Amino acid sequence: MAVTQLVGAKVHRREDPRLITGHGHFIDDFTRTGAAYATFVRSPLAHARIKSIDVTDAAKAPGVVGVYTARDFKGQLAGTHPAAPAFVAEKKYVPERFPIAEKEVTYQGEIVAVVLAESRGQAADAANLIQVEYDELPAVMDVEKAMQSGSPKAHEGAADNICWDLTYTGPEVSDAAFKEADVVVKERILQNRVAPVPMEPRGVLAEYEGFDKKLTIWMSSQNPHFIRLFVSGSMGLKESQVRVISPDVGGGFGSKISPYPEDYLVPALSRIAERPVKWIETRTESIQNATHGRGQYYDVEVAAKKDGTLLGMRMTQFLDVGAYVGTFSAFQACACLMAGGAYKWKGISARTVGVLTNRVPTDPYRGAGRPEATHLVERMVDLVALELKMDPVEIRRKNFIQPQEFPFTQNFGLVVDSGDYDKALDRALELVGYEELRKKQAELRKQGRYLGIGISTWIELCGFGPSAATAPATGGIALVESAQVRVTPTGAVLVYTGTHSHGQGHETTFPQIVADQLGVPYDSIELRHGDTAEGTSFGYGTYGSRSLAVGGVAISRATGKVIDKGKKLAAHMLEAAEEDIVFEHGSFHVKGSPDKAKAFGEVAFASYGMNLPQGMEQGLEAVAYFDPPNLVWPFGTHIAVVEIDAETGHAQLQKYVAVDDCGNIINPMIVDGQIHGGAVQGIAQALYEEVVYDEETGQLKTGTMIDYMLPSIGEIPPLILDHTVTPSPTNELGVKGIGEAGTIAASAAVINAICDALSPLGIKHVDMPASPDKLWHMMKEAGK
Amino acid sequence: MIPAAFEYAHASSVDEASKLLSKFGEDAKVLAGGHSLIPLMRLRLAQPAALVDINGIKELDNISERGGKLHIGALTRHVTIQNSSVVKDKLPLLAEIAGEVGDNQVRNMGTMGGVIAHADAAGDYPTLALMLDADVVTNQRTIHARDFFKDLFTTSLGPDEIVTEVVFPVANGPHKYIKFRRRLFDWAIVGVAAQKMNGDWRIGLTNVGPTPVRATAVEEALHKGAKPEEAALHASDGLDPSGDLRASPEYKKHLARVLTKRAIQQAQQ
Ligand SMILES: Cc1cc2nc3c(=O)[nH]c(=O)nc-3n(C[C@H](O)[C@H](O)[C@H](O)COP(=O)(O)OP(=O)(O)OC[C@H]3O[C@@H](n4cnc5c(N)ncnc54)[C@H](O)[C@@H]3O)c2cc1C
Repeated sequence: MAVTQLVGAKVHRREDPRLITGHGHFIDDFTRTGAAYATFVRSPLAHARIKSIDVTDAAKAPGVVGVYTARDFKGQLAGTHPAAPAFVAEKKYVPERFPIAEKEVTYQGEIVAVVLAESRGQAADAANLIQVEYDELPAVMDVEKAMQSGSPKAHEGAADNICWDLTYTGPEVSDAAFKEADVVVKERILQNRVAPVPMEPRGVLAEYEGFDKKLTIWMSSQNPHFIRLFVSGSMGLKESQVRVISPDVGGGFGSKISPYPEDYLVPALSRIAERPVKWIETRTESIQNATHGRGQYYDVEVAAKKDGTLLGMRMTQFLDVGAYVGTFSAFQACACLMAGGAYKWKGISARTVGVLTNRVPTDPYRGAGRPEATHLVERMVDLVALELKMDPVEIRRKNFIQPQEFPFTQNFGLVVDSGDYDKALDRALELVGYEELRKKQAELRKQGRYLGIGISTWIELCGFGPSAATAPATGGIALVESAQVRVTPTGAVLVYTGTHSHGQGHETTFPQIVADQLGVPYDSIELRHGDTAEGTSFGYGTYGSRSLAVGGVAISRATGKVIDKGKKLAAHMLEAAEEDIVFEHGSFHVKGSPDKAKAFGEVAFASYGMNLPQGMEQGLEAVAYFDPPNLVWPFGTHIAVVEIDAETGHAQLQKYVAVDDCGNIINPMIVDGQIHGGAVQGIAQALYEEVVYDEETGQLKTGTMIDYMLPSIGEIPPLILDHTVTPSPTNELGVKGIGEAGTIAASAAVINAICDALSPLGIKHVDMPASPDKLWHMMKEAGK
Repeated sequence: MIPAAFEYAHASSVDEASKLLSKFGEDAKVLAGGHSLIPLMRLRLAQPAALVDINGIKELDNISERGGKLHIGALTRHVTIQNSSVVKDKLPLLAEIAGEVGDNQVRNMGTMGGVIAHADAAGDYPTLALMLDADVVTNQRTIHARDFFKDLFTTSLGPDEIVTEVVFPVANGPHKYIKFRRRLFDWAIVGVAAQKMNGDWRIGLTNVGPTPVRATAVEEALHKGAKPEEAALHASDGLDPSGDLRASPEYKKHLARVLTKRAIQQAQQ
């Protein structure tokens, strides 16, 4: 019998032929007969009082169905926007948020009115006719100034702009470490605000059927069940009256996790106007309104001994929350808990401060908190090395948590499940040719050229998550995962998952797991997701690199239950004891007599028949939930090689090596794809991307793809990838997440390379994005 | 990003286009490759009442050399210019520049006439047209490039005037265009063109002011025998570029000097 092993194989992505040939179904591919189109009128000002809204001309414009403002939604939508406690349970001040502004606008892009018309063009035309009179108020744009007592407030009437101020561990925790120190290095490290820019912007199509009181929502979401939960609650409907369908989704990067104002308003409009309503976000709306990532700065101090032993850290995160508290915004405070990175510390003092400003809210963006932690600790370790004239490799090796020390309880009580940090570092150094590069660097320096090598030995916590850790953080719902495996009479296998694929390739990888377990053809297995009307009662969505490490395990367990039932039935069919049944290669046979066998398909068919063991119900299907005992802890080493043009300050990425360890690998091609995308996003943050607002007026200056600097393939060298495999002891598949790893690792590698290149000029730290203009100015100043 | 409603008409000859333009009046616009006009319309920064599509006027898509001059029809696409053996032979610098405009999509659609008429400060052809004393030919007259570019997005074209071709001198001596940009498909942050012609250098700068700039001080210094690195120091003489998200005015002036030096040096290699 031909035995194939699909887990670990480079199976081509099943979704690709469909997507590449234009057969995907994205949100704008859906419509409903009689649909009207919505265009939102948004505040052009960052902060203002609304004096009046005149809709007279708009209401009379061709094709207009209706024009609506806040009052029209008052009886339709209840409650305020959710703000989950995440990692900061006690928030001082959470501004109330109704999906549409009534009296005050607090960021450019906030919705003040909506036009419904027969066509998208007519809705857009009419929206231009709405006259809103504003009284402009001072915009709070600078996080540091916003914390001062005399600062204007992001919301009129608020006591201050502090959303939270939480000390995880006070200074006393690191006092001893700092007393022992031979050196202390200090730095302020910025995290530039970035826009997620998924290839497909958001969109909502809602149809409320008044007679049946049923609401169907098609939308581009990472998280359809949570949307159902939030929207049904707000609209006064039972969860069962709402169906959310999230079809093919063209990327999310975190920005499609939380519910948005439009997600409430479009369904409410459908109920008000008694017809289906469709809204598709424009690119500018997307850059302006989709939650942003990062937007933080850190004040950090690190204490170390002369020999490079790291002792203590004191860090404060200042996070630009934006004008409202993003649903999972406070999750980003996990940067504090991860600030120690791959190293051992005597004490870490950590505090997080969330500050309200008149910008669009920030929320988790690929990596959320963990890229910031890596960036901070990897920068600081390099600064210590520079101070002590140590090689950055040496200082890392000296302080790594060692393989025999796992499971390792780190400074905040989190248990790092596994790791072998030297192994990944060794491999990366070998791939990049470290020794040679250092020689080349010395040579080039003599010629006045600036070559830099940047190392990032990153670690990550992901796979959210254990109920004990996640239920309190979401306000009650544990982020476990569910799965259902159904086998039809003719042996087709349907796998339902509560995670959502929007680029991760679940349709390929999850069936790989099931195919191996069931020993049936891969092609007989189909993955379904993204529709709340199908599968288990709740799904928890995709973010935080959780789909495989939590959802994949649930699938595997549901498959196990199917096999268990199959064994019972096979035993009955083969007239043997259940204990004597062996399941191998898709066939049940009696131990010791391989010819006394029933194929999986035969058993499946029989399960729908009449000859079942006593008490057995018909059918072959199972549901499983997986509540992981711990988070999972991927790690790796990324190395960037950058040369900076001495005359123009242009930093060119010459080489990029990534060695990642995500435990057992289901599909190496998909893992490589995730690293590619993730690393490029981190590289982009380091060199190119930044959401820029006018610091006085709060006007967005980067509202198009020309101004918002997403790099293209032309700027990125071929990435050199490899893996080490340290299986996770946390789950039986031995897997960890890989979706965010690239982003978590990359910015530190690139910026460390730039700082290394410029160190002969006495430049120690460079903030992101490292644009040529910025570097040229710094080099010029340093040269003086 | 839905443009405001507009009338649309398709022209098969320059004559017909010109009649359509006068019929629709002042708010009508010519539509060539659409790669500048349509983005502006989608952002509603431009709201023409009517578009006169000239893509069907075959005679405007044409490259020829006549009487020592290189004629580029207004509708010639960047990709055609980039690959034309006539251009590569008679004015290789132009082929080089065309190959660096935007990305494949832009080069497949955008046209010579569109870039010239649009007069974006970061447009690449206007620099070459100015420094080589090219002529812009319209359905009504011939305009010297130095009289053509008036200000940012402003030319001396009248409302119903259609660019039919741009006429460049033949020049195939040492040349180089250096376009400093951060992304492969981007416009120039600063661009510098250097062309040796009749024994002297012509130097043009892109995106250092509202219109293209001819760096005459550099040309003169070179004429007097200055080394490239010395002459290049004059590249920023009299410049007053505005800053943007990519570059401060100071940095743009610095780039003008550095890139001018490099362009001349590389042209000579
Ligand atoms: C992503 C991107 C990157 C780009 N990068 C560059 C770059 O690096 N360098 C560069 O130079 N350009 C760049 N462009 C612009 C591109 O070259 C455009 O194609 C060009 O500016 C306009 O040419 P068009 O044929 O598309 O003109 P259209 O967009 O059709 O028209 C532009 C304007 O010119 C007028 N017009 C067009 N043809 C005529 C004519 N024959 N007579 C009178 N008026 C006319 C139109 O009425 C309109 O006002 C870029 C564009 C994009 C979208």
